[in-house]
Amino acid sequence: MSKLVKSLEEVIQLAGLRDGMTISFHHHLRNGDFVLNAVLEAVARKGIRDININASSLFDAHAPLVEHIKNGVVTGLECSYMGGRLGRAISQGVLEKPVVFRSHGGRPAAIESGEAHIDIAFIAAPTADPMGNCSGKYGPSACGSLGYAFADAAHADKVVVVTDNLVSYPLADFSISETQVDYVVTMDKIGDPAGIVSGTTRITRDPVGLIMADYAARIIRHSGLLKDGFSFQTGAGGASLAAAKYLKDIMLEEKVTGSFGMGGITGYLVDMLNAGCFEALMDVQCFDLDAVESIRANPRHREVTAAHYASPTAKSAIVNSLDVVILGATQIDTDFNVNVHTDSTGNIMGGSGGHSDTAAGAKLSMIIAPLVRARLSVLVDRVLCITTPGKTVDVLVTQRGIAVNPTRAELRNRLKDAGLPVVDIHDLQRLANGITGIPAPLSAQGRVVADVFYRDGSRIDQIRQTSR
Amino acid sequence: MRRSLLFLPGNNPNMLANGDILGADAVILDLEDAVSPDEKDAARILVRNTLRYLDYSRVEVVIRINPVDENEFWKRDLDEVIPLKPSLIMPTKVRDAAYVQAVSAYMDEVEERHGIPRGTVRLVPLIETAIGLENAYAIATADSRVTSLFLGAEDLTADLRCARTKEGSEIFSARSRMVSAARAAGIDVYDTPFTDVNDDEGLTRDARLAKSLGFSGKAAISPRHVGGINWVFSPTRQEIDYAYEVLAAIEEAKAQGKGAISLYGKMIDAPIVARARQVLDMEKAMQGGGVK
Repeated sequence: MSKLVKSLEEVIQLAGLRDGMTISFHHHLRNGDFVLNAVLEAVARKGIRDININASSLFDAHAPLVEHIKNGVVTGLECSYMGGRLGRAISQGVLEKPVVFRSHGGRPAAIESGEAHIDIAFIAAPTADPMGNCSGKYGPSACGSLGYAFADAAHADKVVVVTDNLVSYPLADFSISETQVDYVVTMDKIGDPAGIVSGTTRITRDPVGLIMADYAARIIRHSGLLKDGFSFQTGAGGASLAAAKYLKDIMLEEKVTGSFGMGGITGYLVDMLNAGCFEALMDVQCFDLDAVESIRANPRHREVTAAHYASPTAKSAIVNSLDVVILGATQIDTDFNVNVHTDSTGNIMGGSGGHSDTAAGAKLSMIIAPLVRARLSVLVDRVLCITTPGKTVDVLVTQRGIAVNPTRAELRNRLKDAGLPVVDIHDLQRLANGITGIPAPLSAQGRVVADVFYRDGSRIDQIRQTSR
Repeated sequence: MRRSLLFLPGNNPNMLANGDILGADAVILDLEDAVSPDEKDAARILVRNTLRYLDYSRVEVVIRINPVDENEFWKRDLDEVIPLKPSLIMPTKVRDAAYVQAVSAYMDEVEERHGIPRGTVRLVPLIETAIGLENAYAIATADSRVTSLFLGAEDLTADLRCARTKEGSEIFSARSRMVSAARAAGIDVYDTPFTDVNDDEGLTRDARLAKSLGFSGKAAISPRHVGGINWVFSPTRQEIDYAYEVLAAIEEAKAQGKGAISLYGKMIDAPIVARARQVLDMEKAMQGGGVK
């Protein structure tokens, strides 16, 4: 038998794609992805319409989606994150049906339960063999982990592997196995390596970012959690990476051996692994070339599925064993609710990703954000969109002070005793308003353009149209 | 206490908005070299409004003004900032005592115009020319507003026609001379910044050298250098503990009516007591957040 198919058009035919179906994509090729656009071009050429797209995330590289929406080829979107260009179009009402936002853990849970049924999964694979065994670790478009694609491969009715690096059977070090794959298609290039992973991710040089990173590392040091077995996750933002670097110095100084680092893996976490700060890295996604190289070569750097990472319906998930997570915010309110879905004007420019999953799971979830950003306070009375509920957020770190959730009195006392600048969140808000003034509230908004689902499947918020 | 003095460009709103939390004991809001001639007025207004509307109480404020020349930018600088009562004005390209006195006289005028007691705002003259260096002691004693001297090595080495190096052997004698002039006048003296922002080891080495020569503190052109400078110029735990022991020992000697006393077999004399008091003053200032 042969699973090899010559073209995307042909595989669309063979897999039986029809009007009204759902197709899925992963986002490991990030802003360098060519596959989603290529598949949709083929879909459009074949005259198929009313397609629902379930992608683990959508980036600015996927901006051609806007035309497909306008032409009726795409009528539904489900994702965990959406870049600002597409987000703005959605916020302005280009898509009639509200976008469905789920968290990185909520997505595999919904796919598994059948709530988010996938008819055909298109899995971009940096290396594959003719039977569909595939991996992200090798090939010119290597992206490392394929963590977000596993649920799609396991539960879609049909699975299509799309590769630009076909190797002879068997690809022994596969991530997704041939047992789940129906078809294999080759493309000249599945992505632009420059957009897939950064050459090197760098820590911030911004002095305000470094102050916040220093506070974050000191909070961890004095949290009571920094001891052998410690586990940690951080994003790839400049201040988060700087915090990881400071934390590494503290862990080496105090001779703490952690159990694992989770992520979103960057070279900084790889350095921590190699320096003996952790026993293992659990990797749902690689952010840079150092991470790709490490997951390929180091058996202690493990690829994990999105469900294993964060699914709320898994028997257990890694986030539930996490001690500390450092997260960002576009807005946070005085009840510690966090928005990473929209900007301060209400336009979509992000999404939960693993934000709400890790905040819920970790013993200490910390938000790092400069108190004032582009003339506006990051601290507001009520966030425009609740991505992560305040009850799962423990600490807000700004350059002008650290606010601890009142439910964490013991932690607040620890940080105060350590000499950290702990302040009441309302005082911090007054301080910010003293600098920026109080902005006029946003005017009445239009129809719902996105439903935001919390990881347990409940709808936690809705995002409304910003202009007609 | 001014261990670290951080230069912030007077035309950079982002830096000014966070200037008070970058860890420096003092910030030098710069209206001179960091600001091009066509932006002088905008920077002046920005610095004035920063001091008027933001809370800079956690840090001491120094304003670097333009040199005394025919442009008279320096007068407009003083017109804008003196009403906000910064701690110090840093006049630039200071040549001699008369130069300092001219600046001080105009400050008298501005203070009077705004009902501010005469002499409220003090001076830290920037010495950055060969002639200024030759007149360092005269400058240090030129006016009662002068609290300290500041060495600017970039312009100085250009004037001396020598290359500026990381090791700084070309400014060794200038450094020593500045310290000597300032100490003879009974005032503080601050060292020129280390200009390679990516060289943390070099910064530490340079700060240690400045401290060993007698400087009171050191300037920084990047927030990244502030921590290193503070560290070098802070007393160590052992120095603080020893200072407490010295003061306890002389108290005890006094109580027992003894004249001369020793600690760990070493005679405690007046310079040792004076040094102990300086260390403890510094410890107190550090606890208070930096501003003396």
